Amino acid sequence: MKNPTIITAEPGQPFLDIIRELDAPRDVVFRALTEPDLVRQWLGPRRMVMEILEFDAVTGGAYSYIHRDGEGNAYGFRGIFHTVLAPERVIQTFEFDGAPHSVSIESMVLEELDGGRTRCSARSAFLTVEARDAMIVDGMEKGVNEGYERLDDVLSSLSLAG
Amino acid sequence: MRDDDLDAAFSALADPARRAIIARLSRSSATVNELAEPFAMTKQAVSKHIQVLEQAGLITRTRDGQRRPCHLDPAALEALTGWIDTYRLEAERQFRRLDGVLATLQDQSKEQS
Repeated sequence: MKNPTIITAEPGQPFLDIIRELDAPRDVVFRALTEPDLVRQWLGPRRMVMEILEFDAVTGGAYSYIHRDGEGNAYGFRGIFHTVLAPERVIQTFEFDGAPHSVSIESMVLEELDGGRTRCSARSAFLTVEARDAMIVDGMEKGVNEGYERLDDVLSSLSLAG
Repeated sequence: MRDDDLDAAFSALADPARRAIIARLSRSSATVNELAEPFAMTKQAVSKHIQVLEQAGLITRTRDGQRRPCHLDPAALEALTGWIDTYRLEAERQFRRLDGVLATLQDQSKEQS
């Protein structure tokens, strides 16, 4: 994998960290993260169609969207853009309709890298460890069986702090 | 993997020394003495960590004459990797789509300039 997605979910902590580098300059990445017509093209699980009801990526703005699968299921999400600072930072709340009141705060920072690349570092802070773990489990796709990565990858995703 | 097992496995892995032991055992089985060697730890401390990992179902021990080597249980680890990988794979897919959008945007800006 050229740009590995590094997910850290430390056991016993209510945080979820995701770091990923992207082969595009920071202002382009920022556009893809904040313009609804672009967000629609990539956000959410595969097989889901994204319907955006509101997406006003400015400080104090709000968003709300629905993911629909082919079987007629709908999953709604909403939140507030607490801080949007182009082209480097987005802090927003996140709440799934299926788990009301279990809101999390997502803080994302974009860093410029050499060669017109960008590092995207995001931390989600949940209200409880259980809410974090439930979110990860809920994010699982049924029947995913795409082969396991090597042990080293897993250990690093569990955070090899020591 | 049941929730209880998952809890036990994750709390066992919450310790860096135990993660290092798992990493070492992923290369080959080893006895307590062999495991203690590269660590600045007493044999007793290593034994304790091994007990925790054993109770969490991540490693097993067999008898081979006087030796009692520890082995990584691939099935248990697979269940664990599966648990975390499904989420990671989903996030990865999303980032791949984002890669695609970014590539398109850059092509467009090249055409315009």
